[in-house]
Amino acid sequence: MTRQQILDLYFLDARHKLIELAAFLDRVERADGKDDFRLKAFHAALGALTSRKKQKAKNVLIAFSDPTIEPIAKAEGKGAVGAFSGTK
Amino acid sequence: MRYIEPHAHMVSRVTDDYERMALAGCEAVCEPAFWAGFDRSSPAGFHDYFCQLTEHEPKRAAKFGLKHFCWLCINSKEAEEVKLAEEVIALIPKFLDRPNVLGIGEIGLNKNSRSELRVLEMQVALAARHQQLILVHTPHLEDKLKGTRLILDVLKNDQRIQPQRVIIDHVEEHTVKMVLDAGMWAGMTLYPETKCTPARAIDILETFGHERLWLNSACDWGVSDPLAVPKTALEMKKRGHAAGAIDRVVYQNPQKFLGQCLKFKL
Repeated sequence: MTRQQILDLYFLDARHKLIELAAFLDRVERADGKDDFRLKAFHAALGALTSRKKQKAKNVLIAFSDPTIEPIAKAEGKGAVGAFSGTK
Repeated sequence: MRYIEPHAHMVSRVTDDYERMALAGCEAVCEPAFWAGFDRSSPAGFHDYFCQLTEHEPKRAAKFGLKHFCWLCINSKEAEEVKLAEEVIALIPKFLDRPNVLGIGEIGLNKNSRSELRVLEMQVALAARHQQLILVHTPHLEDKLKGTRLILDVLKNDQRIQPQRVIIDHVEEHTVKMVLDAGMWAGMTLYPETKCTPARAIDILETFGHERLWLNSACDWGVSDPLAVPKTALEMKKRGHAAGAIDRVVYQNPQKFLGQCLKFKL
Protein backbone atom coordinates (compact mmCIF):
# COMPACT_ATOMS: atom_id res chain seq x y z
CA MET A 1 0.00 0.00 0.00
CA THR A 2 1.11 3.58 -0.54
CA ARG A 3 1.46 6.01 2.35
CA GLN A 4 -1.71 7.75 1.15
CA GLN A 5 -3.65 4.49 1.12
CA ILE A 6 -2.53 3.68 4.66
CA LEU A 7 -3.60 7.14 5.81
CA ASP A 8 -6.96 6.66 4.11
CA LEU A 9 -7.47 3.30 5.83
CA TYR A 10 -6.14 3.97 9.33
CA PHE A 11 -5.85 7.71 10.06
CA LEU A 12 -9.24 8.21 11.69
CA ASP A 13 -8.82 5.09 13.82
CA ALA A 14 -5.33 6.18 14.95
CA ARG A 15 -6.56 9.73 15.64
CA HIS A 16 -9.38 8.31 17.77
CA LYS A 17 -6.91 6.19 19.78
CA LEU A 18 -4.52 9.11 20.27
CA ILE A 19 -7.31 11.29 21.71
CA GLU A 20 -8.27 8.41 24.01
CA LEU A 21 -4.67 8.36 25.29
CA ALA A 22 -4.73 12.12 25.87
CA ALA A 23 -8.04 11.88 27.71
CA PHE A 24 -6.68 9.05 29.86
CA LEU A 25 -3.71 11.20 30.90
CA ASP A 26 -6.03 14.15 31.63
CA ARG A 27 -8.19 11.84 33.77
CA VAL A 28 -5.19 10.56 35.73
CA GLU A 29 -3.87 14.11 36.28
CA ARG A 30 -7.28 15.35 37.49
CA ALA A 31 -7.55 12.58 40.06
CA ASP A 32 -6.25 12.87 43.65
CA GLY A 33 -3.71 10.54 45.24
CA LYS A 34 -0.48 8.89 44.18
CA ASP A 35 0.25 7.11 40.95
CA ASP A 36 2.53 4.08 40.60
CA PHE A 37 5.04 2.34 38.35
CA ARG A 38 2.42 1.86 35.62
CA LEU A 39 2.17 5.59 34.90
CA LYS A 40 5.96 5.91 34.84
CA ALA A 41 6.14 3.04 32.35
CA PHE A 42 3.39 4.69 30.33
CA HIS A 43 5.38 7.90 30.02
CA ALA A 44 8.49 5.93 29.08
CA ALA A 45 6.47 4.21 26.37
CA LEU A 46 5.21 7.57 25.10
CA GLY A 47 8.83 8.53 24.64
CA ALA A 48 9.31 5.55 22.36
CA LEU A 49 6.15 6.56 20.50
CA THR A 50 7.34 10.09 19.72
CA SER A 51 10.93 9.09 18.98
CA ARG A 52 12.30 9.29 15.45
CA LYS A 53 13.46 5.68 15.76
CA LYS A 54 11.77 2.99 13.68
CA GLN A 55 10.02 -0.09 15.15
CA LYS A 56 7.85 2.04 17.45
CA ALA A 57 5.46 -0.78 18.37
CA LYS A 58 8.38 -3.00 19.38
CA ASN A 59 9.97 -0.23 21.42
CA VAL A 60 6.70 0.58 23.21
CA LEU A 61 6.30 -3.09 24.12
CA ILE A 62 9.87 -3.21 25.42
CA ALA A 63 9.26 -0.10 27.53
CA PHE A 64 6.56 -2.03 29.43
CA SER A 65 8.57 -5.29 29.66
CA ASP A 66 10.45 -6.96 32.50
CA PRO A 67 14.13 -6.55 31.48
CA THR A 68 15.50 -9.11 33.97
CA ILE A 69 16.72 -12.53 32.89
CA GLU A 70 16.51 -14.83 35.94
CA PRO A 71 13.32 -16.77 36.77
CA ILE A 72 11.52 -15.51 39.87
CA ALA A 73 11.51 -17.66 43.02
CA LYS A 74 7.76 -18.17 43.13
CA ALA A 75 4.70 -17.01 41.19
CA GLU A 76 2.54 -14.87 43.50
CA GLY A 77 -0.76 -14.92 41.64
CA LYS A 78 -1.38 -15.52 37.97
CA GLY A 79 -2.12 -12.17 36.37
CA ALA A 80 -0.02 -9.55 34.61
CA VAL A 81 -0.64 -5.81 35.10
CA GLY A 82 0.86 -4.49 31.87
CA ALA A 83 4.03 -2.85 33.15
CA PHE A 84 7.17 -4.00 34.97
CA SER A 85 7.13 -2.92 38.61
CA GLY A 86 10.90 -3.00 38.93
CA THR A 87 10.78 -5.12 42.09
CA LYS A 88 11.29 -8.69 40.81
CA MET B 1 -12.76 -18.45 2.06
CA ARG B 2 -11.39 -21.47 3.90
CA TYR B 3 -9.38 -21.31 7.11
CA ILE B 4 -8.06 -23.39 9.99
CA GLU B 5 -8.45 -22.15 13.56
CA PRO B 6 -5.22 -23.49 15.06
CA HIS B 7 -5.80 -22.31 18.63
CA ALA B 8 -9.23 -22.08 20.28
CA HIS B 9 -10.54 -23.14 23.68
CA MET B 10 -13.87 -24.43 22.51
CA VAL B 11 -14.84 -26.06 25.81
CA SER B 12 -15.41 -22.47 26.99
CA ARG B 13 -17.50 -21.44 23.99
CA VAL B 14 -21.18 -21.90 23.22
CA THR B 15 -22.31 -24.22 20.43
CA ASP B 16 -23.41 -21.22 18.35
CA ASP B 17 -19.72 -20.33 17.97
CA TYR B 18 -19.07 -23.61 16.15
CA GLU B 19 -21.87 -22.73 13.73
CA ARG B 20 -20.55 -19.19 13.18
CA MET B 21 -17.03 -20.49 12.57
CA ALA B 22 -18.27 -23.11 10.10
CA LEU B 23 -20.30 -20.46 8.26
CA ALA B 24 -17.18 -18.27 8.06
CA GLY B 25 -15.22 -21.05 6.31
CA CYS B 26 -13.51 -22.85 9.18
CA GLU B 27 -12.59 -26.43 8.31
CA ALA B 28 -10.80 -27.51 11.50
CA VAL B 29 -10.35 -26.25 15.01
CA CYS B 30 -7.39 -27.16 17.25
CA GLU B 31 -7.71 -26.88 21.01
CA PRO B 32 -4.67 -26.71 23.31
CA ALA B 33 -5.15 -27.74 26.92
CA PHE B 34 -5.18 -24.66 29.11
CA TRP B 35 -6.32 -23.12 32.38
CA ALA B 36 -10.05 -23.35 33.08
CA GLY B 37 -10.18 -19.96 34.80
CA PHE B 38 -9.81 -21.70 38.15
CA ASP B 39 -7.31 -24.19 39.59
CA ARG B 40 -8.22 -27.86 39.44
CA SER B 41 -7.83 -29.54 42.80
CA SER B 42 -6.44 -32.91 41.72
CA PRO B 43 -5.05 -34.91 38.78
CA ALA B 44 -8.53 -36.40 38.38
CA GLY B 45 -9.76 -32.99 37.26
CA PHE B 46 -7.19 -33.00 34.46
CA HIS B 47 -8.05 -36.58 33.53
CA ASP B 48 -11.66 -35.56 33.00
CA TYR B 49 -10.55 -32.51 30.99
CA PHE B 50 -8.39 -34.68 28.72
CA CYS B 51 -11.39 -36.97 28.19
CA GLN B 52 -13.51 -33.91 27.33
CA LEU B 53 -10.91 -32.76 24.76
CA THR B 54 -10.50 -36.18 23.14
CA GLU B 55 -14.03 -37.63 23.34
CA HIS B 56 -16.76 -35.04 23.81
CA GLU B 57 -15.52 -31.91 22.01
CA PRO B 58 -14.86 -33.66 18.64
CA LYS B 59 -18.49 -34.79 18.60
CA ARG B 60 -19.74 -31.25 19.32
CA ALA B 61 -17.61 -29.89 16.45
CA ALA B 62 -18.66 -32.66 14.05
CA LYS B 63 -22.28 -31.53 14.25
CA PHE B 64 -21.20 -28.54 12.17
CA GLY B 65 -18.87 -30.41 9.83
CA LEU B 66 -15.80 -29.22 11.72
CA LYS B 67 -12.83 -31.44 12.52
CA HIS B 68 -11.61 -31.03 16.08
CA PHE B 69 -8.02 -31.67 17.18
CA CYS B 70 -6.37 -31.05 20.53
CA TRP B 71 -3.10 -30.74 22.45
CA LEU B 72 -2.51 -32.07 25.96
CA CYS B 73 -0.46 -30.79 28.91
CA ILE B 74 -0.63 -29.11 32.27
CA ASN B 75 -0.64 -25.37 31.63
CA SER B 76 1.79 -22.91 33.16
CA LYS B 77 -0.85 -21.22 35.33
CA GLU B 78 -1.24 -24.46 37.28
CA ALA B 79 2.45 -25.33 37.27
CA GLU B 80 3.48 -23.75 40.56
CA GLU B 81 2.84 -27.03 42.40
CA VAL B 82 5.45 -29.31 40.87
CA LYS B 83 4.13 -32.49 42.52
CA LEU B 84 0.66 -31.96 41.06
CA ALA B 85 2.25 -31.26 37.68
CA GLU B 86 4.24 -34.50 37.83
CA GLU B 87 1.06 -36.47 38.52
CA VAL B 88 -0.77 -34.79 35.64
CA ILE B 89 2.14 -35.32 33.25
CA ALA B 90 2.10 -39.02 34.14
CA LEU B 91 -1.50 -39.18 32.86
CA ILE B 92 -0.72 -37.82 29.40
CA PRO B 93 1.02 -40.74 27.61
CA LYS B 94 -2.07 -42.95 27.65
CA PHE B 95 -3.98 -40.21 25.77
CA LEU B 96 -1.35 -39.56 23.09
CA ASP B 97 -2.59 -42.29 20.73
CA ARG B 98 -6.12 -40.91 20.62
CA PRO B 99 -7.07 -39.93 17.06
CA ASN B 100 -7.42 -36.15 17.57
CA VAL B 101 -4.31 -35.53 19.73
CA LEU B 102 -1.68 -33.47 17.86
CA GLY B 103 1.01 -33.09 20.52
CA ILE B 104 2.00 -31.45 23.79
CA GLY B 105 0.60 -27.98 24.45
CA GLU B 106 0.08 -25.32 25.34
CA ILE B 107 3.06 -25.63 27.63
CA GLY B 108 5.16 -22.58 28.50
CA LEU B 109 5.48 -19.94 31.18
CA ASN B 110 3.10 -17.51 32.89
CA LYS B 111 4.98 -15.56 35.59
CA ASN B 112 8.43 -16.95 34.70
CA SER B 113 8.90 -18.74 38.03
CA ARG B 114 11.35 -21.54 38.81
CA SER B 115 8.54 -24.08 39.25
CA GLU B 116 6.97 -23.11 35.91
CA LEU B 117 10.37 -23.51 34.28
CA ARG B 118 10.87 -26.96 35.85
CA VAL B 119 7.44 -28.11 34.64
CA LEU B 120 8.16 -26.73 31.17
CA GLU B 121 11.38 -28.74 31.02
CA MET B 122 9.53 -31.90 32.08
CA GLN B 123 6.94 -31.45 29.34
CA VAL B 124 9.52 -30.68 26.66
CA ALA B 125 11.20 -33.94 27.67
CA LEU B 126 7.83 -35.73 27.48
CA ALA B 127 7.31 -34.44 23.93
CA ALA B 128 10.82 -35.49 22.96
CA ARG B 129 10.39 -39.02 24.37
CA HIS B 130 7.13 -39.51 22.46
CA GLN B 131 8.14 -37.64 19.26
CA GLN B 132 5.31 -35.14 19.69
CA LEU B 133 4.79 -31.69 18.17
CA ILE B 134 5.02 -28.85 20.71
CA LEU B 135 2.78 -25.79 21.08
CA VAL B 136 4.08 -23.12 23.47
CA HIS B 137 2.19 -20.40 25.34
CA THR B 138 4.23 -17.26 26.03
CA PRO B 139 3.46 -15.06 29.05
CA HIS B 140 1.24 -12.00 29.05
CA LEU B 141 2.09 -8.33 28.83
CA GLU B 142 5.21 -7.29 30.81
CA ASP B 143 6.27 -10.92 31.29
CA LYS B 144 6.28 -11.90 27.61
CA LEU B 145 9.74 -10.72 26.55
CA LYS B 146 11.58 -12.39 29.43
CA GLY B 147 9.40 -15.51 29.24
CA THR B 148 9.96 -15.96 25.52
CA ARG B 149 13.73 -15.79 26.04
CA LEU B 150 13.58 -18.36 28.87
CA ILE B 151 11.37 -20.68 26.79
CA LEU B 152 13.71 -20.53 23.81
CA ASP B 153 16.63 -21.38 26.10
CA VAL B 154 14.82 -24.48 27.40
CA LEU B 155 13.96 -25.67 23.88
CA LYS B 156 17.46 -25.04 22.52
CA ASN B 157 19.02 -26.86 25.48
CA ASP B 158 17.16 -30.10 24.70
CA GLN B 159 19.09 -31.48 21.75
CA ARG B 160 16.22 -33.83 20.84
CA ILE B 161 13.91 -30.95 19.91
CA GLN B 162 13.60 -30.12 16.22
CA PRO B 163 12.75 -26.41 15.91
CA GLN B 164 10.49 -26.87 12.89
CA ARG B 165 8.23 -29.07 15.07
CA VAL B 166 7.67 -26.29 17.63
CA ILE B 167 5.27 -23.34 17.46
CA ILE B 168 5.70 -20.46 19.90
CA ASP B 169 2.36 -18.74 20.26
CA HIS B 170 1.20 -15.24 21.19
CA VAL B 171 4.22 -13.49 19.61
CA GLU B 172 4.18 -9.71 19.21
CA GLU B 173 6.50 -7.18 17.62
CA HIS B 174 9.18 -7.56 20.34
CA THR B 175 9.30 -11.39 20.30
CA VAL B 176 8.54 -12.57 16.78
CA LYS B 177 12.07 -12.17 15.39
CA MET B 178 13.79 -14.22 18.10
CA VAL B 179 11.32 -17.08 17.52
CA LEU B 180 11.72 -17.11 13.75
CA ASP B 181 15.50 -16.77 14.06
CA ALA B 182 15.48 -19.92 16.23
CA GLY B 183 13.91 -21.83 13.31
CA MET B 184 10.58 -22.30 15.07
CA TRP B 185 7.08 -21.37 13.98
CA ALA B 186 5.38 -18.29 15.44
CA GLY B 187 1.68 -17.83 16.20
CA MET B 188 -0.01 -14.44 16.33
CA THR B 189 -3.02 -14.27 18.61
CA LEU B 190 -5.79 -11.84 17.76
CA TYR B 191 -7.35 -10.40 20.92
CA PRO B 192 -9.53 -7.32 21.28
CA GLU B 193 -7.49 -5.87 24.18
CA THR B 194 -4.16 -7.66 24.58
CA LYS B 195 -1.80 -9.43 22.18
CA CYS B 196 -2.24 -8.53 18.45
CA THR B 197 -4.96 -6.65 16.63
CA PRO B 198 -5.64 -7.65 13.01
CA ALA B 199 -3.82 -4.54 11.76
CA ARG B 200 -0.69 -5.28 13.83
CA ALA B 201 -0.67 -8.95 12.87
CA ILE B 202 -0.70 -7.94 9.22
CA ASP B 203 2.09 -5.43 9.90
CA ILE B 204 4.15 -8.35 11.26
CA LEU B 205 3.36 -10.44 8.16
CA GLU B 206 4.39 -7.56 5.89
CA THR B 207 7.62 -7.12 7.86
CA PHE B 208 8.67 -10.76 8.35
CA GLY B 209 7.02 -12.50 5.39
CA HIS B 210 4.65 -15.45 5.36
CA GLU B 211 7.06 -18.25 6.32
CA ARG B 212 6.38 -20.13 9.56
CA LEU B 213 3.66 -17.75 10.78
CA TRP B 214 0.01 -18.40 11.56
CA LEU B 215 -2.98 -16.52 12.97
CA ASN B 216 -5.29 -17.70 15.73
CA SER B 217 -8.10 -16.34 17.88
CA ALA B 218 -7.23 -18.26 21.08
CA CYS B 219 -10.87 -17.67 21.97
CA ASP B 220 -11.66 -18.84 25.48
CA TRP B 221 -13.77 -17.87 28.49
CA GLY B 222 -12.38 -14.32 28.51
CA VAL B 223 -12.80 -11.34 26.18
CA SER B 224 -12.01 -12.92 22.81
CA ASP B 225 -13.49 -13.39 19.35
CA PRO B 226 -13.88 -16.82 17.69
CA LEU B 227 -14.11 -15.08 14.29
CA ALA B 228 -10.87 -13.14 14.70
CA VAL B 229 -9.06 -15.14 11.99
CA PRO B 230 -11.60 -14.55 9.18
CA LYS B 231 -11.89 -10.90 10.25
CA THR B 232 -8.12 -10.57 9.86
CA ALA B 233 -8.34 -12.24 6.46
CA LEU B 234 -10.84 -9.53 5.50
CA GLU B 235 -8.43 -6.87 6.78
CA MET B 236 -5.68 -8.43 4.64
CA LYS B 237 -7.99 -8.15 1.62
CA LYS B 238 -8.66 -4.47 2.42
CA ARG B 239 -4.89 -3.93 2.47
CA GLY B 240 -4.53 -5.42 -0.98
CA HIS B 241 -3.16 -8.86 -0.15
CA ALA B 242 -3.89 -11.39 -2.89
CA ALA B 243 -6.32 -14.25 -2.24
CA GLY B 244 -3.47 -16.75 -2.52
CA ALA B 245 -1.41 -14.95 0.12
CA ILE B 246 -4.37 -14.86 2.49
CA ASP B 247 -5.05 -18.57 1.94
CA ARG B 248 -1.43 -19.33 2.68
CA VAL B 249 -1.55 -17.61 6.07
CA VAL B 250 -4.96 -18.78 7.28
CA TYR B 251 -5.02 -22.28 5.75
CA GLN B 252 -1.83 -23.58 4.15
CA ASN B 253 0.57 -22.54 6.91
CA PRO B 254 -1.33 -24.19 9.78
CA GLN B 255 -1.92 -27.21 7.53
CA LYS B 256 1.84 -27.44 6.87
CA PHE B 257 2.85 -27.26 10.52
CA LEU B 258 0.06 -29.44 11.89
CA GLY B 259 0.46 -31.92 9.03
CA GLN B 260 3.75 -32.96 10.62
CA CYS B 261 1.45 -34.98 12.86
CA LEU B 262 0.07 -37.73 10.62
CA LYS B 263 -3.26 -37.64 12.48
CA PHE B 264 -3.97 -34.14 11.12
CA LYS B 265 -6.05 -34.91 8.03
CA LEU B 266 -8.76 -32.63 6.60
